[in-house]
Amino acid sequence: MAAPEPEAPATAPSRAKDHSPWNWLLFIPIVVPLIPVFFNGDSPRVFGFPRFYWLQLAFILLGVGTTTLVYQMTKKRGDS
Amino acid sequence: MWRDHLTEIIVFSLLFLLVSAMGFVAARWRAPKDMAHLDEWGLGGRSFGGWITWFLVGGDLYTAYTFVAVPALMFGAGAAGFFAVPYTIVIYPLVFLVLVRLWSVSHRHGFVTPADFVRNRFDSPVLALLIAITGIVATMPYIALQLVGIEAVLKTMGVTGDNALARHLPIIIAFAILAAYTYQSGLRAPALIAFVKDSLIYIVILVAVVYLPYKLGGWGDIFAAADAKFDASPNPNDGILLNGNNQLQYVTLALGSALALFLYPHSITGVLASRNRDVIKRNMSALPAYSLLLGLIALLGYMAIAAGVKPLPGASAGSVDNNTVVPLLFDQQFPDWFAGVAYAAIGIGALVPAAIMSIAAANLFTRNIYKEYLKRDASPAQEANVSKITSLVVKVGAVACIVFLDPQFSIDLQLIGGVIILQTLPAVALGLYTRWFHRTGLIVGWAVGMALGMWMLYQVASPTRKHFGGSAFPLSEFGFDTTRTIYVGIVAVLVNLAVAALVTLALRAAKVAEGVDGTTPDDYFADEGDPRVTPGADRDANAAREPVA
Repeated sequence: MAAPEPEAPATAPSRAKDHSPWNWLLFIPIVVPLIPVFFNGDSPRVFGFPRFYWLQLAFILLGVGTTTLVYQMTKKRGDS
Repeated sequence: MWRDHLTEIIVFSLLFLLVSAMGFVAARWRAPKDMAHLDEWGLGGRSFGGWITWFLVGGDLYTAYTFVAVPALMFGAGAAGFFAVPYTIVIYPLVFLVLVRLWSVSHRHGFVTPADFVRNRFDSPVLALLIAITGIVATMPYIALQLVGIEAVLKTMGVTGDNALARHLPIIIAFAILAAYTYQSGLRAPALIAFVKDSLIYIVILVAVVYLPYKLGGWGDIFAAADAKFDASPNPNDGILLNGNNQLQYVTLALGSALALFLYPHSITGVLASRNRDVIKRNMSALPAYSLLLGLIALLGYMAIAAGVKPLPGASAGSVDNNTVVPLLFDQQFPDWFAGVAYAAIGIGALVPAAIMSIAAANLFTRNIYKEYLKRDASPAQEANVSKITSLVVKVGAVACIVFLDPQFSIDLQLIGGVIILQTLPAVALGLYTRWFHRTGLIVGWAVGMALGMWMLYQVASPTRKHFGGSAFPLSEFGFDTTRTIYVGIVAVLVNLAVAALVTLALRAAKVAEGVDGTTPDDYFADEGDPRVTPGADRDANAAREPVA
């Protein structure tokens, strides 16, 4: 099996960063939307939407916010 | 009668012709030097940037069937149908963590399918074959279901016939055109069409969620109408909120569907076609825009209740086809020309995923069956050719499923598809992190998970059917004293994992050979511009090794 060529050091920082502890944050938008006690209720209503509906739609923002944060915190330097 | 829907039919046909033309032109879009290579035909040259990936993957994951079936489920069962929202929230962090690694290792080794990766990682052509077959079997009914989406629209426009052939002629023509331009342009066709499809869907839904509540008396009234309908129904498990029995089912279905979705070959094809890791990661923040859209689309089911929509009759006498509620709602509430646009959005919405799915299934056949077992020394041009032809065969099969079989059969198969594709999780997803599992353990785990999943699905009854009545398995069947239900796929994959782990421990104790890992830890972080391992040398090295597992 051909061993991969030795890597140029330029790519090394991105590898180290892939193990960033920031990645653990991604478990928040995986776990929170799966806990029904948070959203399985009617009140309070927002614009006529029961909590069940508006809160789950709001979890989309939680997902977007978390992935954006983790991406910004872990991306390669000199790449922004 | 179709004459009453003439404006809708004209608008629908014009938009359909427009995207068909785009499909053929797509071969010249971002044209490669040499189209006769699977990387070009099947993965668009692995060159798609942020925007194209957003439209392509969005158009791929949120299919016409989703847009029709989710509101239909809300219409019929209420809150349980809203699982689509947590499902499509949970998937993106998972992709961010897991599929980025698959992109890297595939980029490095020139893998086209998840089975390519498994073959190399676990040094087992047998396991790779199982993964490939699972992928193909799970994808086929999914393609057929896209036709169900188009049919719901055609039915509402009154385009029906007296016999099976006349009734299905429009979708046969539509799929013939789709097959022709997919054959010619490969993944570039759905990528280009996705721009039109997604733009139309966004326009239609934004108009719908502003205009319809205004016409129907506001969101409060819409939810009140839904609540009243479910209160009056004899089914104890419907309602605008979940109850004690279906909460576990709701969350396990959301999680299981998310895990299944990113294991489906067509999602992986979309991800592998992107240019680099950053494109994928940025898209995980941008793709949830579609989840918001889907949440709003789901609520169309309640709007249909508030508007008093009565679904059209189903295929068998006495049944109703809930899939027609959204097209009917549009027909009833919108001016004809705009309803035509909405129908086109759904119809075109079926073409994008159908094209990508057929390409993904064709790639699996080419790489993991044809090249592995039929013609070891196939050149890249031959691979591309086989894939093109297979994509045609796959589409003919999907059309045949709809024309000759009860569409319910495809819906059942798709239900099964989600459960069986989950059984590839240990090898594909966990395989990206660890090689701890023994290849034979993974094979045994897969077999047990498949068997258990099928048995459980068979046991699920619904008010209208004795078997295959859904994916909510009553825990009382396992001897628990409870009325709770759980998603079949999650149970099957947990048992799969447990069996794989036990067999691994046993084989390791017996010192059974584990094969050689074809990848290195660095491969999982490789990015655009990093050198590739030459696929030829890689394959030969594997071929020279003794047959395994």
